Amino acid sequence: MAQAAKKPARRVSLLIATRKGLWQMHGDAARRSWRIAGPQFLGHIVHHCIADPRDGKTMLAAARTGHLGPTIFRSSDRGRSWHEAKQPPAFGETSDRTVDHTFWLTPGHASEPGVWYAGTSPQGLFRSEDGGATWRGVAGFNEHPQRKAWCGGDQDGTPDGPKLHSILIDPRDARHMYIGMSGGGVFESTDAGADWRPLNRGVKADFLPQPDPEYGHDPHCVRLHPMLPDRLYQQNHCGIYRLDRPAERWEDIGATMPKSVGPIGLPMVVHPREPDTVWVFPMDGTSVWPRVSPGGKPAVYRSVNGGKTWQRQAIGLPKSQAWLTVKRQAMTADAGAPVGVYFGTTSGEIWGSRDEGRTWKCHAAHLPEVYAVEAM
Amino acid sequence: MRVLVPGPLRSYTNDAATVTVAGDTLADVVGELDRRYPGIRFRIVDEHGRIRQHIKFFVNGIQARDLSPHLTADDEVMIVCALTGG
Repeated sequence: MAQAAKKPARRVSLLIATRKGLWQMHGDAARRSWRIAGPQFLGHIVHHCIADPRDGKTMLAAARTGHLGPTIFRSSDRGRSWHEAKQPPAFGETSDRTVDHTFWLTPGHASEPGVWYAGTSPQGLFRSEDGGATWRGVAGFNEHPQRKAWCGGDQDGTPDGPKLHSILIDPRDARHMYIGMSGGGVFESTDAGADWRPLNRGVKADFLPQPDPEYGHDPHCVRLHPMLPDRLYQQNHCGIYRLDRPAERWEDIGATMPKSVGPIGLPMVVHPREPDTVWVFPMDGTSVWPRVSPGGKPAVYRSVNGGKTWQRQAIGLPKSQAWLTVKRQAMTADAGAPVGVYFGTTSGEIWGSRDEGRTWKCHAAHLPEVYAVEAM
Repeated sequence: MRVLVPGPLRSYTNDAATVTVAGDTLADVVGELDRRYPGIRFRIVDEHGRIRQHIKFFVNGIQARDLSPHLTADDEVMIVCALTGG
C-alpha cells in the first residue's frame, strides 16, 4: 500500500511582548528548536502583540514608553516593518478619562476584515475598521450610563491600572461579544457593542462586601472555545469557572484543584479543537497575593473534562525554588497536533511544550518581563 | 521658533534634535509638530490637551504647565522627558 504523503507541519512563531520591547521566536518544523529574533521597539512597554488569523500577515502591537503616551503599531508583512496608527485609541473630549495604555487587541469577526477591537486601561473599548490605522470608542460601552458603576474607580483595578481585556467575538455572530474587566467582571453584548449587560452569576467576589454582586468581579482571563462558542472559561481572582450558554450561572471548576496549589492564577488557555481541554498556571493567591508558583514549584495544570478533574504537568519545569509569575496574556497554544503550549514569565523566560503540556523545555531566558505571548 | 526634541521623540523627527516650527502659542507649536511628524502629539499630550505626566515643556528655560503660553518667533521651546525610568 502506498504511504500517504506527510503533510508538512506549519511552522509556529511566537510573538513575545515585554516591558522593554517585542521579540519573535521561530520554531523548526518539529517545534523542537527555536530561533529568537528582535528586539523591535526596544524600550517600549509592549502590552500585547497579535497576528490577524484572517490574512496571516497583519500584526498589531500596543505600545507606550515610560514617558510617552500610548499608541498602536501596525505591520502588514508579519512584523518586518511597522507603521504607527494615525489615530490610536483615545477617549472623547467629553470624557474625563485618559487612555494610559492599550492592554488587549482582538482581531474582529471573519466576516469583517479590517475590523479590530482594543481594550484599554482604564477600561475602554475601541474599534477600528481600517486594520488598526484609526480607532473610535465604542460608545455603547464607553458612554454607557452604568459604565462608571460597573468599572468603579482607579482603586478598583489592578495595581498596574484597571483594564478591559478578553474581548471575545462569537464566531457565529459578529454582533455577539463578551468582554472581561479587572475590575468589573464579564459583560455581554448581542448588538455589536451598542448595549451591555453583566454576566457574573455564580462567580465569587470575596473582596467585595456583597456576597453575590451583579458586577465588580475580577476575571483575570476569559476564553471562548472557537469550536464550541457557547463554552466560556475564566481564570478569576477567586477561582476557575466554566459557563455553557445559554446558562447564566458560571460553574466553579477550580474547587477540584489540589488544596495545596489552589485555583488562583492569571492566564487560561483553551485547546484549539477540544472544548473540554484547558490549561491554567496556578499561582499563590493567599495572604498578600504573591502570584508566584505555589511553594516555588511551578506546574501547569490541565483538564481534559471541562474542569471536573485536573492533572499536574511539571516534567521539565524546575522542581524547587522557582517563583514564576505568568501574566494573563503570557500563555497560549498553537494549532498543531499535538498542540504546543507556551508561557512567558515575568523573569524573562519562555517555556514551551510540544506535547500538550506533558513535558516542558525552556526556549529562552534573560528577556525582559514578559507581558504577552501569542502563537502564529 | 526652535524646538529642542528629546531622544525618545526623535524617531518622529528623523533623528533631528532641533526643528524649527511656527506658532502663536505652545498649542499651535504642538499642532504644527504633529502635522509635520504625525503621531508625535499624542505621545506627549493626552486626548484632553493636557501635557502627559512625564513630559515637560520649557519656554526659554521656564516650565510651561499647559499649552496656553503665547510665543514669538525668537522663543525656544524645549521638550523634556522627566527623569523617571527602570
